[in-house]
Amino acid sequence: METAIEAVVAQAREHDATQIHRIVLRIGALSGVDPDALRLAFDATVRGTPAAGAELELETVPARGRCVDCDLEFGVESDYIFTCPRCGRISGELVQGREMELARIELS
Amino acid sequence: MDEPLQAPAMKATRTVEVRQSLLDGNDRQAALNRRRFQELGLAALNLVSSPGAGKTTLLERTLTEFGRTTPCAAVVGDLATDRDAQRLGRSRAPVAQITTGSACHLDAGMVARAVDRLDLAGARLLFIENVGNLVCPASFDLGERLRVVLLSAAEGEDKPLKYPPIFKSAHVVLLTKVDVAGVLGFDRAAAAENVRRIAPQARVIELSARSGEGIEQWYDLLGALVPKG
Repeated sequence: METAIEAVVAQAREHDATQIHRIVLRIGALSGVDPDALRLAFDATVRGTPAAGAELELETVPARGRCVDCDLEFGVESDYIFTCPRCGRISGELVQGREMELARIELS
Repeated sequence: MDEPLQAPAMKATRTVEVRQSLLDGNDRQAALNRRRFQELGLAALNLVSSPGAGKTTLLERTLTEFGRTTPCAAVVGDLATDRDAQRLGRSRAPVAQITTGSACHLDAGMVARAVDRLDLAGARLLFIENVGNLVCPASFDLGERLRVVLLSAAEGEDKPLKYPPIFKSAHVVLLTKVDVAGVLGFDRAAAAENVRRIAPQARVIELSARSGEGIEQWYDLLGALVPKG
């Protein structure tokens, strides 16, 4: 979270902004990040920075796998077992879902 | 952008697209670590598990037995104390302890600083024992060649289903403490099957650092990992 706030503050400086209104993070379903823990860390980290009072928005990036046999890309629901819907093969290849990214900020 | 043409008295709210990975800094340092390990002629392994799955016991035996013929070194992370470094140091391998204070995982910078304290001349394998935690270490590349996740017979067969990110990222999964699996009612086949469903890419080895069962398979894997030349 500190990394995120540092990046946000750097952006604010670069854009000559004094107030940050909204911070949007993209968090992959398989990133290992717990949204509640992240919000708690956010509240603790923003104090005393230009990001204090900003709204934190979390965009979840759903997990997607690719079949190692037939190359099909497919979405993965809740259990994280990547079963190819076409050939049934269980695949370990992840196309997306590990993201931890500062997507955009609103500032003035 | 969406700025009005006339300069307003108050600054207008703007949206800035950033798209910056929060792990950029760590990933850059991990790449530096990886290059350094390569130049030193050694391969690094990142050992991850919950606390108490047997990382240190396995490393004690590995450093003593496998380390007899293949020089190894270790970096070990905990929140506090150098107890693990003391245990591993008895093998005479170079060992550095990282105490993270409150951090629940190692990052690439911590590993780089610990490696600075080690004499790695001649070492061919570097074991990095991560802080006991099955969640956060999944996100942090340390510059390792191989990520090894340990799951002990004391934990329950469904751990891979409950903590998928770390298992998804594993190259190798070790089912440890299999010598007491029977007593604990731990179903080895079910555990291996759960690993296979979540992490079909991972090689699974069932072993016990205490009885020695399966340990040769582990040493074979380590032997194949040692950089040639």
